[in-house]
Amino acid sequence: MANEWPLWEVFIRSQHGLAHKHVGSLHAADPEMAIRNARDVYTRRNEGVSIWAVRSSDVVASSPGDKEALFEPANSKIYRHPTFFPMPEEVKHL
Amino acid sequence: MYAQMVDTGVRSVKGQAEMTTEERAFQARIDADIRIEPKDWMPEAYRRTLIRQVSQHAHSEIVGMLPEGNWVTRAPSLKRKAILMAKIQDEAGHGLYLYSAAETLGITRDQMVADLHSGKAKYSSIFNYPTLSWADIGAIGWLVDGAAIMNQIPLCRCSFGPYARAMVRICKEESFHQRQGYDIMLSLSRGTAEQKAMAQDALNRWWWPSLMMFGPPDAESVHSAQSAAWKIKILSNDELRQRFVDQTVPQADYLGITMPDPDLQWNPERNHYEFGAIDWSEFMEVLKGNGPCNRDRLATRVKAWDDGAWVRDAAMAHAAKRASRQQVA
Ligand SMILES: [Fe+2]
Ligand SMILES: [Fe+2]
Repeated sequence: MANEWPLWEVFIRSQHGLAHKHVGSLHAADPEMAIRNARDVYTRRNEGVSIWAVRSSDVVASSPGDKEALFEPANSKIYRHPTFFPMPEEVKHL
Repeated sequence: MYAQMVDTGVRSVKGQAEMTTEERAFQARIDADIRIEPKDWMPEAYRRTLIRQVSQHAHSEIVGMLPEGNWVTRAPSLKRKAILMAKIQDEAGHGLYLYSAAETLGITRDQMVADLHSGKAKYSSIFNYPTLSWADIGAIGWLVDGAAIMNQIPLCRCSFGPYARAMVRICKEESFHQRQGYDIMLSLSRGTAEQKAMAQDALNRWWWPSLMMFGPPDAESVHSAQSAAWKIKILSNDELRQRFVDQTVPQADYLGITMPDPDLQWNPERNHYEFGAIDWSEFMEVLKGNGPCNRDRLATRVKAWDDGAWVRDAAMAHAAKRASRQQVA
């Protein structure tokens, strides 16, 4: 039990030129095995053309407790969205 | 279902007044259909119940490979063999998605495996029945995967994010399983009299155990109310079972085979099929470990785990050696 293979987070890029997306995790002893396992577990139906595997212990994450401090300031800055500025209907291409 | 009679450890559902502030906020999020993520605060009972439910579901996927694996070397054609292997490989994947989801709740993979092997954790009753003929592979895909889909589609909306996301992936793959099973049943029922008899025999043996998969009647399900309040159980056992019967009977009619239930009949007023009494004593015996294959299934899993121990250890030793060489270089 002390010898459990470490956990890896798997990211897959699909064919359509989108960014790599987190798809799940798996256990593997080393990087090569992580890629091989990711291929078997997460791309059995042409889900992707590229795999990233990152050791879960290397992922740095924001904590749920910081949610308000981090994300709430954006709520009041509605002028960051184009819809904030009403445009005259006669004016085109804006 | 794949997770049957999951103990919530709770006697009754708490009312608003009995809840702590944290519990109230938690329940409010669930009521508003906001997903709970692993690092969010959650009641200990919710965490423990989910670990039980998700790990039981994962174990079912893994043990569920065994009855089907029994037929890989005896599939009637190379095409059927390739399809069966792909289906079984999917089930391994389902088990892995679900183990990962459970791990986010703070239990290790090795602990879950140990709990399965010690008998502390359960897997679905259905996988303790034997696969006696090739037709059983058809019946399993059609009925067992069919029943699993019934249960898993609503779970895509369950309250715990990692579990819900695993369900979405799984549901995408399940309909291949159900169709390949029905396709086997179609071939057999269009074949010789002997082949058709095989299909009927498989249905006879798998029908009642499939209905038992959904778990005991609602009136006897002690833990359902809490699981429903937490949205980790979306539809009740009886609702799911009724839906399954309603969808499956016409499929059997098309095959020209009949359910082994003399009481089965359409009720036009209720707009549902009525079906006969389920032998719950059989279900309870299987859960207790006295089904036809319980001992065999668990022994196979334990042997695979023990026999693989040196491989797991060697892989870790190899990784450690390479890492230390890299540090030196
Ligand atoms: Fe599955
Ligand atoms: Fe399946």
